[in-house]
Amino acid sequence: MSHDTTFAAPPAEAPARPRQVGESPLRNEDRRLLTGEALFVDDVHLDGMLHAAFVRSDYAHGNVKSVDLTAALEHPGVVAAYAAHDLGDYWEAGPLLVPPPPIDDLEFHAATQVPLAKGKVRHVGEPIAVVVARSPYEAEDGAALVEVDIEPLDVVSDLKGGLEPDSPRIHDQLESNLAAHVIQRKGSWEEVRERAHRVIKRRFWYDHGASAPMENRGIVANWDARSRELTVWDTTQAPIPIRNGLAAMLGLPQSEVRVIAPFIGGGFGPKIMMFYPEEVLLPWISMRLGQPVKWIEDRQESFFATTQERGQDHESELAVDAEGRILGVRDEFLCDTGAYNPYGLTIPINTQCTLLGPYRVPNYHSEFRMVFTNKPICTPVRGAGRQHGVFVMERLLDRAADELGIDRVEIRRRNYLTPEEFPHDHEIIYQDFKPLVYDSGNYAEAMDRAVEMIDYAGFESGAGAAARSEGRHVGLGIVSYVEGTGVGPYEGARVGIEPGGRINLVTGVGTQGQGHFTSFAQIVAEQLGVQASDVEVVTGDTARFGWGTGTFASRGAVVAGNACHAAALEVRKKVLTMASSVLGAAEEDLDLAEGVVRVVGSGESISLGELAALANPLRGAVTPGTEPGLEATAYFGPERGVTASGVHAMILEVDPDTALVRILRYVVVHDCGRVINPMIVEGQIHGGVAHGIGNAFYEELVFDEGAQLLNASFMDYLLPTATDVPTIETDHVETPSPLNPLGVKGVGEAGAIPVGALFAQALENALDVDGFEVREIPLSPNRLFELMRDAREEG
Amino acid sequence: MGETLTIRLTVNGKAYDRPVEPRLLLSDFLRHDLHLTGTHVGCEHGVCGACTVLLDGEAVRSCLVFAVQADGAEISTVEGLATPSDGSGIPHPEDADLHPIQAAFRESHGLQCGFCTPGILMTLVPFLEENPDPDEEQIREALSGHLCRCTGYQNIVTAVRLAADRMAT
Repeated sequence: MSHDTTFAAPPAEAPARPRQVGESPLRNEDRRLLTGEALFVDDVHLDGMLHAAFVRSDYAHGNVKSVDLTAALEHPGVVAAYAAHDLGDYWEAGPLLVPPPPIDDLEFHAATQVPLAKGKVRHVGEPIAVVVARSPYEAEDGAALVEVDIEPLDVVSDLKGGLEPDSPRIHDQLESNLAAHVIQRKGSWEEVRERAHRVIKRRFWYDHGASAPMENRGIVANWDARSRELTVWDTTQAPIPIRNGLAAMLGLPQSEVRVIAPFIGGGFGPKIMMFYPEEVLLPWISMRLGQPVKWIEDRQESFFATTQERGQDHESELAVDAEGRILGVRDEFLCDTGAYNPYGLTIPINTQCTLLGPYRVPNYHSEFRMVFTNKPICTPVRGAGRQHGVFVMERLLDRAADELGIDRVEIRRRNYLTPEEFPHDHEIIYQDFKPLVYDSGNYAEAMDRAVEMIDYAGFESGAGAAARSEGRHVGLGIVSYVEGTGVGPYEGARVGIEPGGRINLVTGVGTQGQGHFTSFAQIVAEQLGVQASDVEVVTGDTARFGWGTGTFASRGAVVAGNACHAAALEVRKKVLTMASSVLGAAEEDLDLAEGVVRVVGSGESISLGELAALANPLRGAVTPGTEPGLEATAYFGPERGVTASGVHAMILEVDPDTALVRILRYVVVHDCGRVINPMIVEGQIHGGVAHGIGNAFYEELVFDEGAQLLNASFMDYLLPTATDVPTIETDHVETPSPLNPLGVKGVGEAGAIPVGALFAQALENALDVDGFEVREIPLSPNRLFELMRDAREEG
Repeated sequence: MGETLTIRLTVNGKAYDRPVEPRLLLSDFLRHDLHLTGTHVGCEHGVCGACTVLLDGEAVRSCLVFAVQADGAEISTVEGLATPSDGSGIPHPEDADLHPIQAAFRESHGLQCGFCTPGILMTLVPFLEENPDPDEEQIREALSGHLCRCTGYQNIVTAVRLAADRMAT
């Protein structure tokens, strides 16, 4: 991407930063990752390790007539092979990971995935058999020799069609393909619709895509009968729930199951899905064969076997008064859950709630139907349904602005909640089962800064007009969004100081690249008067910390971060109490800095390491009722999620002949509350925006009518590359959250959320063709060309 | 295991002599036979670039090369990049042993999950040798054969420029 200096940003000055939290120390984890020492799941090698390969359905829907393992079992190197009937009582449908939230009159029908298909297959890629061999190559040879006879059935590939009375039925035990029907209401849409100055009505289609982390999924399971320990290395975002579930399924005490989520090569949502069939089967196979066994997903497999997030079909209405103030919104949508719905309603509830955005919406009618289809399972991918809602609201506001002749920034400003209106109760239920109450924010300020950074005022009269006069199709977009982040229930952390002064921090959440080894270390370092690099961090190993839930919903920094903070505060207290006694000084006269406690105004001091040694005596008497060591475990559970927000703005140029798009500038003003590490936060935003650009213009999972995925490779499913993603200019508004002591809000998903809505608006601005409206995402050069052609022909 | 052929090659300067199946990929040979697991495998169809190594000094995708094709070759992987040096120009003493490109990635936050990173580093070694003073467009072009899902590439571009500046002095 070359950059047009016409649109260049002024150089930024580095802000002054306080102590540990708010600084950008270099990351503690980087050396291991840069030198190839970091352990990823596929790097685990154990003596006698076997390898598994899966036989998967080629059909989206069918009756499994027979599965013949004979030829596979005779193949040299193959050790074992299993189909559903070999699993006996162990064969069981997976748990409903997320039950429906408490919403009145909600209809929900659960159908969860199974370890190996029995009787029926319901999507392409559903596992039917597993072959175990001495090498991965021989396992794949064996899998190719498994003979599967499937009688194809009619396929459900489309949402509306799936709800027709004569549609094929995917789950025989259910009456239809309806997975859920949910209505949430606030005020009276019917009443405001009657008295509105204008009602805007549109139909929208928003599709999401694959998470596509660079590391595919993988599992290594090793049952050691003599030590009675099952160790599972798993590319999961939730090692502790996996441990708990495996122990229950296998009839083992939790203490005999250790799940390790080592370095994970990106997650973005689908690496938390309890349980993937492979996660259920690998430990069982290892126990049965008494040998370690490994399975590593390949990329093509990942397109079917890893969950993904797909489309929603919205029919939406916005009622406004003559000044463009929102009177109410009605939104009705269909959403796809794929063949099963283990993740419950998380995605559509996110859509329903996030649609309201940073705006005052007094009346709301939101209704959705979730539909089973013969496609891979849908679970959250970075953004998790939020971008769908943002797209609908931002598009409706753009149309209202057009129709009323109000500037698009102005119509947003008129509808923003003001800082005085927090906490703001939207009177509906969010995905964390709590009322959707925004804790804090300053939306107008974020908009002001974005307007300034992108030079909104100067664009139309200056650079934009100049470019257009040269015949260039240059457009500016600017949109708002919020993101509910940092949901409960809780996370925990243990902080300890070793004799010698080494500081250890252990937390249950895993890490997929977010920089937890550094940001969590900063939080602890701030309280213990050391540097982040002095804190050794361990994450995602149930043997080291056994309580917690996982990394999802942009919650690591909020929930685990505050647990780290609480544990560090307790250790600090222990340090000061002990130092006070050893040094014979009052606690208020002590200063803890650079790993040493000093008595202010005297030369007396003692190091953290010396205090830790004294706290763990080998002889003598300790005070009854005290605990040894300078160590503390603490938990944090938020009352409810915290609301991050932001404004994105871009300038792009369209080549009307090729419909290729070049992004000339991209600006993000983001509010994630107090920023722990600006470098990491900005990195999260960069990655999120790139993911959003992919979603808006490059990435589409293309299925045919038989629900066959036609582009299951990186040759055909296009991730944005370094020449597609522009330089992203960032700024922060900090409204600390009152809901946690650190005042932080999540940021992991934020960058990805508004990009589709932004693209749409900027394209319309660039092309300025009558009747050209973007009502769908993803686009592509082909699709954009068609839309431009249609608008010209109709115009 | 089926029929095997014996190959002789050096990896990061160390000589190996191993029987391999003709179908064994170089990426699997490095990772699972030699246990050099720093080279990562992301797609096995030559798009993502995570498995990039140097074969006789040229960046290749090791998932598209059979191990037998590397018979007699000199291979370099990420494990061989860091060498004890005087660390000249690297401001963080603890990183003095890193290759300037590795150190620049750390300083510029050019990696997040780090899975794609080893392959990118191996592409950049010959790129910066051939283009010691690249502009942004050249850097982005060089990176465009690699997929990264975490960083949005921006800080990688910064890191490459920083490394180029350091290596020039």
